[in-house]
Amino acid sequence: MATLGDWIKPHPTGIYVEPGDFWIDPSEAQPMAVVTHGHADHARSGHGHVLATPETLAIMETRYGTYPAATPAEMGEVQRIGEVDVSLVPAGHVLGSAQIVMDYRGERIVASGDYKRRPDPTCAPFQPVPCDVFITEATFGLPVFRHPDTEEEVRKALDALHANPERCVLVGAYALGKAQRVIRHLRDLGHDDPIYIHGAQERLCTLYQDLGVNLGPLVLATGKKKDELKGRIIVCPPGALNDRWSRRLPDPITAMASGWMRIRQRARQRNVELPLIISDHADWDELTETILEIAPKEVWVTHGREDALLHWCMTRQIRARALSLVGREDEDD
Amino acid sequence: MRIHVGVKSFADLLERLVYTRSRNAKIKLIADYLRGSPDPDRGWALAALTGDLDFRSVKAGLIKTLTEQRVDPVLFKMSRAYVGDMAETVSLLWEPPPGEQAQVEDVRLAEVVDRLMHLGRAEAPAAMAHYLDVLNPSERFALIKLATGALRIGVSARLAKTALAQAFDLDVDAVEEVWHGLAPPYPELFDWGEGRTAQPTHEDIPVFRPFMLAHPLEDLQVDLADYVAEWKWDGIRVQLNHVKGDTKLFSRTGDDVTGSFPDVAEAFTEHGVIDGELLVRGEAQGGVEGGAASFNALQQRLGRKTVTKKMLAEAPAFVRAYDILFDGAEDLRDLPWTARRERLEAFVARLPSDRFDISAVVAADHFEHLSTIRERARDAAIEGLMLKRRDSRYVAGRKTGLWYKWKRDPLLADCVMMYAQRGSGRRSSFFSDYTFGCWTEEGELVPVGKAYSGITDEELRQLDKFVRGNTIARFGPVREVEKSFVLEIAFDSIHHSTRHKSGIAMRFPRIHRLRTDKPAEEADKVATLEAMIV
Ligand SMILES: [Zn+2]
Ligand SMILES: [Zn+2]
Repeated sequence: MATLGDWIKPHPTGIYVEPGDFWIDPSEAQPMAVVTHGHADHARSGHGHVLATPETLAIMETRYGTYPAATPAEMGEVQRIGEVDVSLVPAGHVLGSAQIVMDYRGERIVASGDYKRRPDPTCAPFQPVPCDVFITEATFGLPVFRHPDTEEEVRKALDALHANPERCVLVGAYALGKAQRVIRHLRDLGHDDPIYIHGAQERLCTLYQDLGVNLGPLVLATGKKKDELKGRIIVCPPGALNDRWSRRLPDPITAMASGWMRIRQRARQRNVELPLIISDHADWDELTETILEIAPKEVWVTHGREDALLHWCMTRQIRARALSLVGREDEDD
Repeated sequence: MRIHVGVKSFADLLERLVYTRSRNAKIKLIADYLRGSPDPDRGWALAALTGDLDFRSVKAGLIKTLTEQRVDPVLFKMSRAYVGDMAETVSLLWEPPPGEQAQVEDVRLAEVVDRLMHLGRAEAPAAMAHYLDVLNPSERFALIKLATGALRIGVSARLAKTALAQAFDLDVDAVEEVWHGLAPPYPELFDWGEGRTAQPTHEDIPVFRPFMLAHPLEDLQVDLADYVAEWKWDGIRVQLNHVKGDTKLFSRTGDDVTGSFPDVAEAFTEHGVIDGELLVRGEAQGGVEGGAASFNALQQRLGRKTVTKKMLAEAPAFVRAYDILFDGAEDLRDLPWTARRERLEAFVARLPSDRFDISAVVAADHFEHLSTIRERARDAAIEGLMLKRRDSRYVAGRKTGLWYKWKRDPLLADCVMMYAQRGSGRRSSFFSDYTFGCWTEEGELVPVGKAYSGITDEELRQLDKFVRGNTIARFGPVREVEKSFVLEIAFDSIHHSTRHKSGIAMRFPRIHRLRTDKPAEEADKVATLEAMIV
C-alpha cells in the first residue's frame, strides 16, 4: 500500500502535486501554479498559468501590473487538473484567500495556505474541511501567541486618538489585508472620520473598495499639512513607521497592528508606542483547535515555528511532519 | 481623575513604561499614577519601581517550577527561548484551569503585597498560582515582576524619585535625602507631598544624606580669590553619620559600608555627619606626609562582609575629611564652605587623630601656580585637585560652578600581556591580574607593570577567554600567555626602579582599553616609557 499522500512532493520552493502537474504557492516561476492568496511570499509573478480565486487574481494584477494567464476559480467550484480534483474553500486570511482541497484516488489533502479562525469583516470565514492530510501553516505556532479580541485592540487606537487630540495615531499595517481590516474595524466601532493612508496603501485599498469592502472615506496623507493631520488616524506600511516620511506628521503615536506585538521586545525593536495585537494568522489555540476539529490522519507543517506544533501533535498521538519550505519569511503579520 | 488602586492599573503603568522612550514622558506617567492612586497602594508601586521590594518566599525559581507543572515543559522551553524574558514568557503562557475566568474585579495592589509579604515558603506556590490564574497576561507580567524583585523596564530608582518629586512639586534632592530613612509604602512621603505634614526629618537615626559632587574642570580657569584648592585623594568617598550611639558609613551611592570598616566606624562617636575620603594607611599617595596607601590596598577591604583582625592590622583604614554636613543636630549645609571648614576643623579635633584628619588646603598664589603644583602631584602619586567655591553651600548632586575636580591626565602606553593570574573576591574565577611588558631595543619583551583594574566585566570575560585559550606555560597560579594581546595601560607616573628588570616602574597602572586592533609588534618600547620619567 502506498504511503498516505505520496502523490504530493514537498520541495523547498513549494508543494508539487504530481498527478496534476501543478505547484501550490511556488516561490519560483512554474508552468502551472495554484495560489492560495495574494501575499508576496505566496503569489509570485511569472508563472505560466495560475489558478486562484478572482479576488486573488485581481490582487496579483494590482501588485504586478499585469493580469496573469489564469483560471479564476470560485469558492467551492471543482476543477480537474490532470488527475486531481481541485477546489478552493475560504481560509479567512485576507480577501480572496483560499485553502486548496485536493482529491486523488480516494485521498483528500487540504493545503490551508495562511489562515485564521476569528471573524474578519473583509473576507469570508475559514471553512474546515475533513481530510486525510491537513497541510497547515505555523506562523504563530508557540503557545505564547494568543491573539486577544480584535475589537478591543482596535479600540486602543481610538482611545489613544481621543486622549491626544493634538497628536495623530500612526498605525503600521501590512498593505494587503491588515490595513483594510483595521480600517473596516474602525468603521464598525463608529469612527466615520476620514482615515489617512500612505501612498503605498492606496491601490490595494481602492481594489478592496471595488471588490465590495466598504472602507469609508480615505485620504492620502502625503503632502497634507500638520494641522490637518492632528487628531487623525493614519495607516502606513510597517516600514514607513520610523522613516523620513513619518517625521512630517504631527507628533505621531506610533502603533503597529501585528501578531508579533504580543512580544514586548518585538514591539520595542520597532519603536512602537502602542502595540496592537491584530493578526491575520491563526494563533496557537486556533492552530491546535483546527487540527482537533478537522482530525486529519496526518498533519504537515509548512512554515513558521513548526517545532512546537510538531511536539504538540506528538503529545496528542497525531502523526505530523515538517515540510520546511524556504522563502517564507515571517509576514509582517 | 481616575482612581488607580489595583494590579490592573499598576500593570497598565508598566505596559506604558515599557513602550515609552522619552525620560520626561516616563516621569509624567509615573507622576500621574502616584497622584491618582490611594495609599498604601501607590507606595508599594513606588517601592517596586525603585527596587525596594523584596519578598523572601517568592523567587524566580518558584515561578519556573509552577509553570512547568502547568504547561508542557518542552513548549515552555521553546517559548522561553523565543521570548527571552522569563516573566513575559510565563505571563503569556500560563493556562488557568478550565472554567477559571480572568477576574473582572480588580485586585488591590496593597492586598497582593500584603499577602506576598506574609507568605511562608510552603504556602507561596499555591498563592502565586492562584494569582496567576485570576489575572490576565499583562497583570501576570506585572505580578511576576513585582514579586520577583527586578522590574528591568528601563526605570531607575532615581527616575521614580524624580517622578514622585514632580507629582507633588517637591525638590528631588529633598526626596532623595528623606528617602533613606523611610520604608515602603512610604506614608510619610505622601503626607508630605500632599501637604498634610512637613518634610520628614531623621533626627534620631543615621540616614544617608546625598553627596555634593564635582564637575570636571576641563579647560576652565577659576579665580583663586573665589575658589579654594584641596588635594583629591584616591580612595572611596564616604559619609560618616553618628547619632545616639549608632554610626553608619555610606558610600557615594548610599550603600551602607559600615561592616567593611569597623575600625573607622567605632572611632566615629561624635554626633554629626561628615564627608571625606576613606583611605588605608601607607605612603603611596603623597609619601610619608600624604600617609595613604594606593587605592589597590583599599580595594582589598572593599565588599567584605567581615574583616579579619589581620586585615585590620595590616591595612588600617582612616578618613580624610573634606566637609561637614551636620554638627550635632545642627544642619550646616546652608553655610558657605569657609564657615563649614572652620566647623569641620573644630569637629575633627574632637575625633581620634589616628583615624581622622583633614584634607589640607593647597596654597597657591594664582591659577598658573596651582597648575604647576598639580603637575608635580604626579610624582607624589596624588590623583589631582579639587576646586571649591568658597561661598558654596553643601548641595546634593552636581551643581555647575560650585565644585570642580581637576585630575591629572593619565599617561598612556600600549603594552603586551605576558602573564595572567586569577583575581581575588568577586573576580576569583577569572584570570584578572595581568603582567604586561614593552619591547627593548633588542626586540625582547620585558615586564613593565601589573594591573588588575580598569576593565568592565565584559572586557574581563574577553581577557579571561584569551588567557584560557592562549596559555603557553604554567608556573603555579601564573599562566604565561601567547604574546599577542595589546593592552592600553593608563598610569599616573613612571619612575626608575632597580627592582624591575625593565628598570622602570609605573604608578597606578590600570587597563585603559583593550587594543584588539593592534599587533603586538607595534606596542611601545621601554625607551618610550623612560622618556616619560620626569
Ligand atoms: Zn499570507
Ligand atoms: Zn505566509
